[in-house]
Amino acid sequence: MRILIIEDDRESADYLVKAFREVGYVADLAGDGEEGLALAESGDYDVLVVDRMLPKRDGLSVIGALREKGNRTPVLILSALGQVDDRIKGLRAGGDDYLPKPYSFAELLARVEVLSRRHGGPAEETVYRVGDLELDRLSHRVTRGKDELTLQPREFRLLEYLMKHSGQVVTRTMLLENVWDYHFDPQTNVIDVHISRLRSKIDKGFDRPLLHTIRGAGYMIRDGLR
Amino acid sequence: MTAFGKLIRTTAFRLTLVYLFLFALFAASLLGYFAWNTRRLITEQITANVNAESDEISDVFSRRGLRGIVFTIENRALRPGANLYLVTAPNGQALAGNVGSLAPGVMASTGWVETAYRRLDEQDSANHLALVRVTELSGGFRLLIGRDLDERKRLFGIVAKAAQWSLLVVVVLGLGGGVFVARRVLRRIDAMTGTTQRIMAGDLSGRLPVGRSGDELDRLAENLNAMLERIEALMTGLKEVSDNIAHDLKTPLTRLRNRAEEALALSGNEAEYRNALERTIEESDALISTFNALLMIARAESGQARGDMDEFDAADVARGIHELYEPLAEDNGLNLQVSTEPTPIRGNRELISQALANLVENAIKYGKPLPSQGAEVPLNGEIRIEARREGGLVHLQVTDHGPGIPATDRKHAMERFVRLDASRTQPGSGLGLSLAAAVATLHGGELRLGDAAPNGLTATLAFPASAGHRDGVASQTSNVPQKVA
Repeated sequence: MRILIIEDDRESADYLVKAFREVGYVADLAGDGEEGLALAESGDYDVLVVDRMLPKRDGLSVIGALREKGNRTPVLILSALGQVDDRIKGLRAGGDDYLPKPYSFAELLARVEVLSRRHGGPAEETVYRVGDLELDRLSHRVTRGKDELTLQPREFRLLEYLMKHSGQVVTRTMLLENVWDYHFDPQTNVIDVHISRLRSKIDKGFDRPLLHTIRGAGYMIRDGLR
Repeated sequence: MTAFGKLIRTTAFRLTLVYLFLFALFAASLLGYFAWNTRRLITEQITANVNAESDEISDVFSRRGLRGIVFTIENRALRPGANLYLVTAPNGQALAGNVGSLAPGVMASTGWVETAYRRLDEQDSANHLALVRVTELSGGFRLLIGRDLDERKRLFGIVAKAAQWSLLVVVVLGLGGGVFVARRVLRRIDAMTGTTQRIMAGDLSGRLPVGRSGDELDRLAENLNAMLERIEALMTGLKEVSDNIAHDLKTPLTRLRNRAEEALALSGNEAEYRNALERTIEESDALISTFNALLMIARAESGQARGDMDEFDAADVARGIHELYEPLAEDNGLNLQVSTEPTPIRGNRELISQALANLVENAIKYGKPLPSQGAEVPLNGEIRIEARREGGLVHLQVTDHGPGIPATDRKHAMERFVRLDASRTQPGSGLGLSLAAAVATLHGGELRLGDAAPNGLTATLAFPASAGHRDGVASQTSNVPQKVA
């Protein structure tokens, strides 16, 4: 995966480049808005990571210029502002996801991976499969092997989101945002409780667990351990 | 700028100048009208007088002939201050009268004319002006009777003088008045400016002087004072926050630092390093969420979030939060219930959800029944979220049956970073209730803490119901609370 990072703070930019390279991705760096726009237009990137406040040209205007020219590369906005209306502004300007600073790299990585998949991945399927677990989005049926599982509506949506991004890490914040549509951080382990309920329904009594906890990052659904 | 320069630049003084000009114009036109009317009156009087005498003398001529008229005229011409008289023969020769010379051609035509003249008995060569009437008598004789216009001129002089004086008085009084008014206003403005400069220099407690007259300057001062109150309150809030940040964030930062230092100092194995680093990240995450909460509170308190408000049903928020927290409550041995009725409000959905989430998290953390109460209390372990209408208000209420908060501690509990003794052992930033209170205030409502029956705490977010729905809806639905869960 090729990632372009447009960020003027040298230290955090270098950290990001290094961290992305460590997990095996190609990461380029632009130090200001103009350079970032030029690189984004010429290069073939899978995801852009754009800081909101940049010298020469601010992040939102870079995204606006790209979208105007028909460039649909997914964009993740980084911002120190981190307020509700700020996030809405960023998404309205053409961003695909938004992450307030300070962020953890695990969170950023999980979101970048989801974004790149969304962009280049297969069209939305009606049936998701992981191992012998099957989720039918039309009939709302979930089966594991021969057993039919009974899920609450929210558990169904939680599983649907996890399976849509199977093999990818999804963080607690991503789940809260995408399954519940809340954008605050709870002071309790409320998401973990939902996950453990779901886990007891889909994994309990089966030999191969599918829903894995990724330490320090979040959760992942996949067939077999990493 | 000099004091005088400042004075003549004031609005009051400039207005005075405009008024002054208008008054002068008014006085001048009044006097002009008066003068013109007087002149007309005098002219009318002269005309009537001369006509009468002219008729009389013509009569004398027709009855007693030339001798008679000459006698009469010589007689009348000798009287002091008399009219002008002249009788001429058909060849133009003067026969009788007191006129020495006339403007040429006056006697050639009949009727009224204004002419320069000189009396016979006058030595000086100064010509006077007279209004005269020339009449044709039978036989080609002509009679001139006229009146000197000096009187009219004198009267004009009097009026002109009056005009000069009154203009002078208007200008002097006007300027004086202008300066007086301008200085009064200027003094008050100067006082205001002085105060604002003190305030700008940093003394926020200064207030503008407000007079008792209730005039526009007083109203302005009152409004500015109200604005200053608000600014001062905001500044105090800001100072409080920064003080609290200094106090309460330094502690975890110190802890963070100590841990890192300790890990460095002890030459441990990789697992130990790893453990220390993980705890460091945890600690910094807690710090970040504290910062986020602080920012959110600041944003709610400053009213910035007022921009993204829309209409929605608070019952949806209550059900959503119930759905999110129900499993967590159950894991904690508590039973989370929700009951709602349609409760339309106008607000920031995200913030209200978070405020309610904070109250529910508090209830789950601290609302566990006291061990001494045992199982005989049926409500033990229940936490109830309610969305309901109370008159013009919408209540989002969370009720637990834990130990509650003593009435004396309630106000304190809503302050930033305050953690009551009971909660010290639990994780948390001490900002949950502050944020809920700030969100309530932002929406024109308040956070109320109260007693639950038989024991426990009720935390209520009371908002004004959304305007369009305040009437009608309540009567249809308030009696049928909808039970969910």
